[in-house]
Amino acid sequence: MWSIISVLVENKPGVLFKITNLFRSRNYNIDSISVGVTENPEVSRMTITTEADEKQLSQIIKQLDKLIDTLEVKLLDEKKSIYRELVMMKLKISKPTDIKEITDLANAFKCDVHDVRKSSIIIEITATPDRINALEDLVKGYGILEMARTGICALARGYGIED
Amino acid sequence: MIALEKEGVDIAFGLPGGANLPIYDELYKSNIRHVLVRHEQSASHMADGFGRVSRRPGVCFATSGPGATNIVTGIATAQADSAPMVAITGQVPSKMIGRDAFQESDIIGITNPIVKYAFQPMTPNEIPEVVKKAFYIAATGRPGPVLIDIPKDVQQNEAEIQFPSEVKIRGYHPWVDPDITQIERATEMLLSAERPIILAGGGVIISSAFAELQSIAELLMIPVVTTFKGKGSFPENHPLSLGPIGMHGHAEANKMMTEADCVLACGSRFSDRSVGTFEEFEKNLKIIHMDVDPAEIGKNQTTNIAVVGDVKTSLRIMVKMLIQKAIKRNGENAWAKRVKETKDYYRENLKIHPHPLAASKVLKKLREVLPAQSIVTTEVGQHQMWASLFFDVIHPGTFFSSTGLGTMGWGFPAAIGAKAAKPDVPVLDIAGEGSFNMTENSLAVSVLEDIPVIVFLLNNFTLGMVAQWQRTFYDRRMIGVDLKNCPDYVKVAEAYGAQGIRAQTIDEIGKAVQTAIKSNVATVIDIPIDPQEDVLPFVAPGTSLKDMILPS
Repeated sequence: MWSIISVLVENKPGVLFKITNLFRSRNYNIDSISVGVTENPEVSRMTITTEADEKQLSQIIKQLDKLIDTLEVKLLDEKKSIYRELVMMKLKISKPTDIKEITDLANAFKCDVHDVRKSSIIIEITATPDRINALEDLVKGYGILEMARTGICALARGYGIED
Repeated sequence: MIALEKEGVDIAFGLPGGANLPIYDELYKSNIRHVLVRHEQSASHMADGFGRVSRRPGVCFATSGPGATNIVTGIATAQADSAPMVAITGQVPSKMIGRDAFQESDIIGITNPIVKYAFQPMTPNEIPEVVKKAFYIAATGRPGPVLIDIPKDVQQNEAEIQFPSEVKIRGYHPWVDPDITQIERATEMLLSAERPIILAGGGVIISSAFAELQSIAELLMIPVVTTFKGKGSFPENHPLSLGPIGMHGHAEANKMMTEADCVLACGSRFSDRSVGTFEEFEKNLKIIHMDVDPAEIGKNQTTNIAVVGDVKTSLRIMVKMLIQKAIKRNGENAWAKRVKETKDYYRENLKIHPHPLAASKVLKKLREVLPAQSIVTTEVGQHQMWASLFFDVIHPGTFFSSTGLGTMGWGFPAAIGAKAAKPDVPVLDIAGEGSFNMTENSLAVSVLEDIPVIVFLLNNFTLGMVAQWQRTFYDRRMIGVDLKNCPDYVKVAEAYGAQGIRAQTIDEIGKAVQTAIKSNVATVIDIPIDPQEDVLPFVAPGTSLKDMILPS
């Protein structure tokens, strides 16, 4: 089961190491991880996606919770949260018409296009993993020279008593 | 040092080196007693033994690099058995960190998976708060080891220092109040069970829930089995006691555990060594699990009712509920009868190893002559499992062993730490020579620091447990187990200025223990036993408790 875990942690050195080391030492799997500071400079949010069965997932959450540097651990419901990933792909341009085709595809997928050159082009997309995978499939034919993914970033919908 | 004194520290175990000299210079001026060890690993085990017995964090010091890596085993041992410890290491000066300096090791990185928490203060004025937090974290909730790694310049520099009177750590909530409704449901489940059993783990000892546990067992007339770590959480001479379950559990304990339909597990993590295969254990068994650590719930066993919180508090609430409901059972039912019959049968009919110094005879003699309030530690190996089988703990909370990590060499230094915590009672390490070998240089500490402990050495001249597995599972292909009667442990004891006694009959063993207690000096009692004796019963690894192999 693919799951998104949102973890608030102390924003200090060594915390990312503790989290990733916990996954390593307990033989859990990290699919993606993204980290950034929150509105409170003392707190960072880590968004971790993982492939685990229900029992393992419950252990992951409890073990994360047990770490002293974690302040809040939440399992996000895919339907009740917004989650996105930013991806950049550098594609190969083999013939001049490629540029037009790729730009059209990019528009259809609401991508930004950067660094258009004779031999390569970079497209940038922020979307759910499904859409990203669909786009990747479509542009594969041109040749993906390089790709960078940020990992999932997510927030639960609504706030407080609304839920 | 002042910060340590403020935490009530009066003794610390350690060994100085380049990177912790400034700490030692302050130690020179302080009232804290320093116990100089011969190897840092022993310092960590001493702090561990001190911590388990006093239930206050034991403190050990080591220098950077190899000093720090030498205590890694001790930290891992304390973590596996939830023992409170504060380990303080020196580190190379902060400007040298990351430059592969002489005696630099990334001890924070190395110990990450085996500490409860680790600090590396980078300015002197952080130290008081760090020390306060370290003791708080080590001792509260589920206890464990905390590391403080202090760069040499941070030890040296002077600063205006404020000592905090309390600390708050927002991500740390060690105590949760147990949920009353859950305890009510647990009580109902226990009362409606036909074949209930109590499984007491190490958590009962850590939280001193002895009286509460005994009340529940006696009110409901429920038999009590323990894990090996929980050995001695319930008096083993009590009629309701069946002893430890597990790989080398008592036959009656394993048997009744597999027949029970409901278990009240208190402060136990259902280790594989205790329960055998996880799937088989939970079959046809309702599990009530009380534990202070929420992450233990459902980790190894599917729980029917979970009670998260201090075991002592939870059990006390349960006792109150039972008293309010005026429940007092007399034990006249089919299950109680079955339990008694099984216990009597196995206690009378299990075959004893036919050697004049069979482990069972030796350890029963030890029990006879050793006062009940004495503290007993063990090393790791066959002798440890024989202690589990044949040495009854009468006074709760007087038996300690490296049960989780299974660290050979733990028992002797831990006994020294225990004796430092409780100087008024005899402290004895039930040892095997393979394990004792690993930290025997602590004899110097026991003698010179006048912390006398007794090493009760079941000497079979082999790494006996490994030999048993080679006999059982590897078709008697014996390799790497023969210790060939070297060294002579009486002479070793004498070389360190300790008392060495060789005891070759049951009678001599009794007298030797009495002599050791009376003389109150460090003593090694060397007992040559039969190298061929196996530890039985035996639940082979990867099998379930019902597949227990009995002596034949």
